[in-house]
Amino acid sequence: MKIGTDRVKRGMAEMQKGGVIMDVVNAEQAKIAEEAGAVAVMALERVPSDIRAAGGVARMADPRIVEEVMGAVTIPVMAKARIGHIVEARVLEALGVDYIDESEVLTPADEEFHLNKKEFTVPFVCGCRDLGEAARRIGEGASMLRTKGEPGTGNIVEAVRHMRKVNAQVRKLVAMSEDELMTEAKLLGAPYEILVEIKRLGHLPVVNFAAGGVATPADAALMMQLGADGVFVGSGIFKSENPAKFARAIVEATTHYQDYKLIAEISKDLGVAMKGIEISSLAPEARMQDRGW
Amino acid sequence: MIKIGVLGLQGAVREHIKAVLACGVEAIEIKHKEQLQEVDGLILPGGESTTMRRLIDKYDFMNDLIKFATSGKPMFGTCAGLILLAKRIIGQDVPHIGVMDIAVERNSFGRQRESFEVDLMIKDVAEDFPAVFIRAPHIVEAGGNVEVLAKHEGRIVAAREGHILGCSFHPELTDDTRLTNYFIEMVKEAKSKQFA
Repeated sequence: MKIGTDRVKRGMAEMQKGGVIMDVVNAEQAKIAEEAGAVAVMALERVPSDIRAAGGVARMADPRIVEEVMGAVTIPVMAKARIGHIVEARVLEALGVDYIDESEVLTPADEEFHLNKKEFTVPFVCGCRDLGEAARRIGEGASMLRTKGEPGTGNIVEAVRHMRKVNAQVRKLVAMSEDELMTEAKLLGAPYEILVEIKRLGHLPVVNFAAGGVATPADAALMMQLGADGVFVGSGIFKSENPAKFARAIVEATTHYQDYKLIAEISKDLGVAMKGIEISSLAPEARMQDRGW
Repeated sequence: MIKIGVLGLQGAVREHIKAVLACGVEAIEIKHKEQLQEVDGLILPGGESTTMRRLIDKYDFMNDLIKFATSGKPMFGTCAGLILLAKRIIGQDVPHIGVMDIAVERNSFGRQRESFEVDLMIKDVAEDFPAVFIRAPHIVEAGGNVEVLAKHEGRIVAAREGHILGCSFHPELTDDTRLTNYFIEMVKEAKSKQFA
């Protein structure tokens, strides 16, 4: 009997496909998310838009919040650790969370090295903007990917950019001759073996969810249409006027992302979505996606 | 010729379709209840059972799923799918589809960090089946007509009751199609009986 194998870690994320993972900050929100049909929740101290507003250093959530959320729902619970923060990740593993997000939403603890995720029994999800970054994270042992997008902005443009980029690069790679892979690895800064695996499979070896800026049901459906395996929604839900209704609508739009009549129907009278931020108005140091490499 | 459907509301849908195709049989994703009429057998994939249940209710699938099972067409549930099939769920008052005479306990092997792989002996299927357990349920009690096919550490993890098949683990996450093939044979048998 073996625990923490690639199959077990990657398989867990496969089971989340077609689903929505929602950011929550307490037990009450976790229950609303589960009730709405979320496939998992991300336990946080603050949602990304509040992290932006608060400024300062953003860290792993208080373990009490994580435990409270774990006690409130039967769906899997994820939590965020700072990039490169070995101990935060180990603490979350010890608490028994089901997945750790090594996340640029928090202030990085290491600007040079990401976690060696292979050493852990708990699986990890990491953000990526292109295939090089995706392959580096897989090389370090990430079992699930997501776009970085631009968290806490309610603006989908960066998530779209990242999803399109990764998928276009995968298509290009799959069409390449094997002779060309080493040079491509050099150009992308990607581990060669991972690129060989992607070419052999015809797709990424792990699921790739959309994250960072999903604010409406139509945004979620858009990301699914662009090839996302599922959707993370951070600030969008609990910053909206009617979170329960909003959460249900996002779940439905993700399942039936090509049923436009249905999306029209569920988008009616949802109330005001989060206000959102134009990306070009962000100062360079406020861009979370540029954290990590 | 038979056709297998995979309930496509959420979860490891693509993997099951791939496994059925690898057995040389046609497979389709079922997103609308009307499609159930097109298929001879149905796979309920792994995923999150609570999420799938919400979507089953939302799209009014429940009656058609129960009708599908009671009409004698085979169903195969893996992990979350097994929970959907069970007549009793520990800690819950009401079952989901409830067509298999078993009681199941959810997440009974622990959280994700306790998830594991093990080689399993499955009666009539394999001596050494690579079984992947992810936050898996197990069968706590099985009724008189339920045939136990596999156990792990004394817990029932695969069983069959007539035309209903269920397992705690994820055959779709491996390249081993022996259990999928076993189900396909059940579907062929059911179909030939229908025309006999």
